[in-house]
Amino acid sequence: MNVIDAVAIPTLRLKWQLAQVRDVVVETYRVKSLLLHVSDWQGHLSGQHVDIRLTAEDGYQAQRSYSIASPPEAELVTLTVERVEDGEVSPYLTEELRVGDQFELRGPIGGHFVWTVAMCGPLCLIAGGSGIVPLMAMLRHRDRRNARIPALLLYSSRSLEDIIYREEFDGIARRDPDLRVVHTLTRKQPAGWMGHRGRIDRALLAKVCFPPEQNPKIFVCGPTPFVEDVSSLLVELGYDPLGIKTERFGPSGA
Amino acid sequence: MNEPPISRGFRSRRQEQSSKNRLPPGQYVTTDFPVLSAGPTPQTKLENWTLTLQLGGSLLGRWSWTEFEALPQTTIKTDIHCVTKWSKLGTTWQGVTFDDLLKAAGLEEPPGPYIMAHCDGAYTTNLPVEDLIDGKGMIATRYEGLPILPAHGGPARLLVPHLYFWKSGKWVRRLRFMERDEPGFWEARGYHIYGDPWKEQRYYGD
Repeated sequence: MNVIDAVAIPTLRLKWQLAQVRDVVVETYRVKSLLLHVSDWQGHLSGQHVDIRLTAEDGYQAQRSYSIASPPEAELVTLTVERVEDGEVSPYLTEELRVGDQFELRGPIGGHFVWTVAMCGPLCLIAGGSGIVPLMAMLRHRDRRNARIPALLLYSSRSLEDIIYREEFDGIARRDPDLRVVHTLTRKQPAGWMGHRGRIDRALLAKVCFPPEQNPKIFVCGPTPFVEDVSSLLVELGYDPLGIKTERFGPSGA
Repeated sequence: MNEPPISRGFRSRRQEQSSKNRLPPGQYVTTDFPVLSAGPTPQTKLENWTLTLQLGGSLLGRWSWTEFEALPQTTIKTDIHCVTKWSKLGTTWQGVTFDDLLKAAGLEEPPGPYIMAHCDGAYTTNLPVEDLIDGKGMIATRYEGLPILPAHGGPARLLVPHLYFWKSGKWVRRLRFMERDEPGFWEARGYHIYGDPWKEQRYYGD
């Protein structure tokens, strides 16, 4: 099987472009969103990412990839960046970068981990930590298009303070009965926490996911061990491996 | 584009001089071994594993795990470069070179100029045969002396280290000779058809 299931196949070379920071949004104590004006932006699909390139005064350059958090319908391109303590690029993006600053960017990149309302559903999004970012672009796209496609977001965070975009998707879920948001907190739960505790396990997946018979479109994004665990559990539960799209980041622990 | 903008306060943190010449443009060194796969990790049992060599629809050779393990073994120490920007230096792999595989199939010459590698999980990647022969490519079964973990492509993965690492397809099961080059999985989704890290051929048209 080699079906191209997205329409994001580029026909032109991706050029480096200038992105200018229009706004910076504090999402959590270590996550910020950068709202970027990209003059020549050709549009993107939810789930795609960009490469950015920074240049130091001595000419040294570094490139990294970041998922796009904004839906295709938005005017500005939003990147949501988690500060990695010993990182080279993310501390600069989250601590040094100011409104008005410019850096180079190219994209959109990736034609596999994407979802559009035309691909229908039900939509099953499973995120660990900052793995929420490309999935948020899908939820925002679905919301902007008023698509009543049944959707589930299962989101694992360390603590309440670590949940990214909490108010926004709780807001979407309040006005949209076709979206269900389920949180689990793995390390610390506030007093009176009514949600799930601990890592996503087989029982939680079996309880909240659309059943395999409904052939949900499944997207799993997060740290490598998280994605390995969740996607293996889904296969064990009877979901078609080819219906599970994954994006892994960070150390593999192996 | 003109001169890139200088990012005030941004500076290099971890490029060691010693590794600089070994690092293709836009890459950084990691000591970790990140995993990037488009779907779940397949769990293929060794008793069900075979490797097939094909020309169009016809069979040129097929090996069970035991038969494959009995083929001549080669060890390669090499740097690997992922299109997502990480590079890992001095990794050691063991397996069967493409040259030895051709010999084992009784082929004196490769019967076509291109290969499509088919992998468990419906992954494919395309390669010119030139990039596999003369010791340039192998089917690897050991990493740092141990069986390759499933998440890293075990039981067997392609290893074509002079190209971006997506070309070193995990969970390889079938190599199909082709008369014409055709895009594989990522190559059809915006990535470069060839993928030379030293020319920074990451995406379509680079």
